[in-house]
Amino acid sequence: MVQHYSKGMIVLLAVLAMVAMAGAAFASSAGHEAVASAPAATTTGGQADPHAAAPAAAAPASTTPWWVWPLALFIVSFILGILAVLGGVGGGVLYVPIVGGFFPFNLDFVRGAGLMVALAGALAAGPGLLKRNLASIRLAIPVAIIASAAAIVGAMIGLALPQNVIQIALGATILGIVAIMLMAGKSDFPNVPKPDKLSQALGIMGIYREESIGKDVEWNVHKTIPGLILFIGIGIMAGMFGLGAGWANVPVLNLLMGAPLKISVATSKFLLSITDTSAAWIYMNQGAVLPMMVAPSIIGIMLGSLIGVKILAKSKPKAIKWMVIALLLFAGLRALLKGLDIWK
Amino acid sequence: MSNEKTKASEEQLIYANILNTGMWLGLAVLATTFLMYIFGVLPNFVPIDDLPKYWGMKAKDYIHTLHAPTGWGWVSFLGKGDYLNFIGVAMLAGLTILCYLAIIPTFWRKKDKAYLVIAIAEVAVLLLAASGLMKTGGH
Repeated sequence: MVQHYSKGMIVLLAVLAMVAMAGAAFASSAGHEAVASAPAATTTGGQADPHAAAPAAAAPASTTPWWVWPLALFIVSFILGILAVLGGVGGGVLYVPIVGGFFPFNLDFVRGAGLMVALAGALAAGPGLLKRNLASIRLAIPVAIIASAAAIVGAMIGLALPQNVIQIALGATILGIVAIMLMAGKSDFPNVPKPDKLSQALGIMGIYREESIGKDVEWNVHKTIPGLILFIGIGIMAGMFGLGAGWANVPVLNLLMGAPLKISVATSKFLLSITDTSAAWIYMNQGAVLPMMVAPSIIGIMLGSLIGVKILAKSKPKAIKWMVIALLLFAGLRALLKGLDIWK
Repeated sequence: MSNEKTKASEEQLIYANILNTGMWLGLAVLATTFLMYIFGVLPNFVPIDDLPKYWGMKAKDYIHTLHAPTGWGWVSFLGKGDYLNFIGVAMLAGLTILCYLAIIPTFWRKKDKAYLVIAIAEVAVLLLAASGLMKTGGH
């Protein structure tokens, strides 16, 4: 009965998410069209620019009350929080393509909020993972300096590119992530014949308690330099698209560098808190963080994560994984087609 | 049975404790200021009803049209309900810097030169990102 209940709830959540997205897309295209040229609007806080031949200006007034979108954002973030935990993905990789594709917010603000969402999730998970010695600071710190510096570059590139270019690139990246999720294997305990010189010099190694087999597992890594090089690309993409990059961190840490899967997943989650911090500051300083988006998104996804953790034990991981992949496929296609102006 | 070797290192525990406290504090502040925002306790820089006209714009157009602050300019607008939320956002975004600063003395004490240097470099990178000096271009 518990299995049926949790199955039904998960299916309902996925259907609700799809309906919410489709409804948001419909309402967004019906009510919010950016006007190419119009005089700038005035506000009580800001001032009208007397020289305003602005390249983009205020959209015409919509009949949709302002609170509908933040409320919808909270609900969708809550559902994504549950699905992200069950599907073993970060919040950002689901949040950005879905909110970017189906809500009326500009992709700059969506990415800023996405980074904050991924950051908040990593900050929440970090303490427990560090205390249990599943997330390794020795593994994370050398990787983080590379990824966080690259994320700054990615954020600056992302904020400078036109919206449609970002949508197309985001859509293609999300579809690539789907391919990685479908094809990439995983190794619970990779074989590392000999740690490389750099990892030995830095002391990137550890020992943790693997409860599933009741044993202490010693681990070390190899191919550190190729791994660090890949983290440059990962950092750039994380900053450019506002994604958490956990989808890329784990394969590199686990399959390339040889860290055990649990160490890789936990360290990846912790690593996001560092990588996303640098990118989030860039978005914030460039004015690409909207409180009306960030607060309900963070609160929604964190509440959803708490629920997701509670039902995780009762859920079937494979079924959820397929559901998450389907959602990502849908969202990735939407982003790609939106960028190509095929599905507005 | 726990093995001493499987326990988290001193710097991990320091990092974890600060992270945990700071995260909950930041979230509490963000939730509080957001409630104040939507219930109109303070006047807003952008009236809430007008927000839908602007949230479809690129960030640089939003800033340009509304003369909204960038960088740390939001600090001057803490009397506005919308910008008050930036306190919680800044707390969450700044937490990692604080954690790194907290573990640097441990690396120094342990004479772990490599990690000491990397940790200092990381603080420098994050402070650079937070400084507002990195810009994508004028508008």
